[in-house]
Amino acid sequence: MKAFGYSQVREPAEAVRAARQTPGAAFIAGGTDLLNLMRDGAQHHDHLVDINHLDLASVADSSKGLRIGGLARMRHVAEHRSVRERYPVLAEALEASASPQVRNMATIGGNLLQRTRCGYFRDAASACNKRAPGSGCSALEGWNRGHAVLGGSEHCIATHPSDLAVALLALDAVVHLLGPDGPRQVPVDGFHLRPGNAPHVDTVLRPAELITAVEVPRPAARSRYLKLRDRATFEFAVVSIAAVVDLRGGRVRDVRLAFGGIGTTPWRSPEAEAVLRGAPLTVDAIERAGRALVRDAVPRQHNGFKVELVQRALVELLSGWGGSR
Amino acid sequence: MPEPSRPARAHTRRTVLKSTAVTAAGTAFLPAVARAEPTALSRGTIAPGESAEITLSVNGRDRVVAVEPRVTLLDALRERLGLTGTKKGCDRGECGACTVLVDGERVKSCLTLAVMRQGSDITTVEGLADGDRLHPVQEAFIRHDAFQCGACTSGQVMSAVACIREGHAGTEAEIREWMSGNLCRCACYQNIVAAVADAAREVRR
Repeated sequence: MKAFGYSQVREPAEAVRAARQTPGAAFIAGGTDLLNLMRDGAQHHDHLVDINHLDLASVADSSKGLRIGGLARMRHVAEHRSVRERYPVLAEALEASASPQVRNMATIGGNLLQRTRCGYFRDAASACNKRAPGSGCSALEGWNRGHAVLGGSEHCIATHPSDLAVALLALDAVVHLLGPDGPRQVPVDGFHLRPGNAPHVDTVLRPAELITAVEVPRPAARSRYLKLRDRATFEFAVVSIAAVVDLRGGRVRDVRLAFGGIGTTPWRSPEAEAVLRGAPLTVDAIERAGRALVRDAVPRQHNGFKVELVQRALVELLSGWGGSR
Repeated sequence: MPEPSRPARAHTRRTVLKSTAVTAAGTAFLPAVARAEPTALSRGTIAPGESAEITLSVNGRDRVVAVEPRVTLLDALRERLGLTGTKKGCDRGECGACTVLVDGERVKSCLTLAVMRQGSDITTVEGLADGDRLHPVQEAFIRHDAFQCGACTSGQVMSAVACIREGHAGTEAEIREWMSGNLCRCACYQNIVAAVADAAREVRR
């Protein structure tokens, strides 16, 4: 790693001030992604502002919903009793992420801001518009088995790797931010940006802005997470689905579906939801929803299998809905 | 002037490691490459390239080390404090060989900076035994022959201690899932799982 400066802060406003006033500064929380990005040369920062001492790590549940501090660790959110009881999709997505050691370190805010695992992005010798704007995209004609089939552009087809973000998207969660201009709120739906002409910009986060909390409205329905990987555990998703389904008498009263591994951002599918809403939850309806999901898919040389896989995964997850949980 | 063509003395890997440790201990923890004067750190700023003296609490002892901000906890333990029981495998959070406990929780010491761990209680494999009495997990690893080359073992042991304490060692499947952050290239998984299960039973007794 190249040399960088370091300071600690105690108050969120102090953190924002330090990040704004120090040239080349970034926040460090868990550090589990940031340090590898800096090792790989995918990012460089002249200064790290250590925000681990900010009082932003609590998790609180009320009748309105769940409030998760931006610095809450993945493990502690996953273990929280209310989360396991009322937001199982969150606990399942978190425990399907990374390894126990990393979940002890990594924070909720950092998880949302983690960067793509596209091998070309992480390899400083490859062309990558996300890492070096204008240098090209090695994945388009390269090894793109892990890449997105939805939401890509001619400049980038990298997937967003977070499981948590997929679950939060299905739960209609809202990200709370604090920046130089004060606090603001951004729905998770819209927080991550498709690559378009600016793949180097991952999110709507502005310079020196800090994730202080994530708010999750309490769902009226049951929720689940399904993650398919190349190995049984400790791996990023090939395809994943977060589903919140309100089923009344075998009929879908309401449904929210979000997908990982197939899109350049955590991917919500209003089209698939519209097919299911009001319909009986039959395999036929689920298959139609799956087709609606992938209607605009643009498969590349090695990732076409995801188009089929995600449809099968949706049947797997939803056809068992009436049964277990 | 030394003759550059003639090697002074052959070093085995082991003697090199030992002499590094002795040097680190004998020079008040100053890294050989540090050029800048260490500055005292009280949540203050450290400039790029500058070293600062920080206190790490390791295995119940306060240790002062001079580090640049970019020094990981792993490198501080191994290269500054001579605690080479903690291993460097991939140095990017994928293998688990560098697992230590920080405030009782298992973490990957290659993915955290030493300056971030001031004020935390750090336990390495060197701090596990009670005098000459090995920790039950260490005993179980020996009993079950749960290693071959040993490079991943201290990380496996530290992870297993936490895994059992967390209550994630109930079944073989559970152990495999919750020990998944530790890779063993010799593929001793069968015996590692048996050792963790055995140690868990012993700890519960």
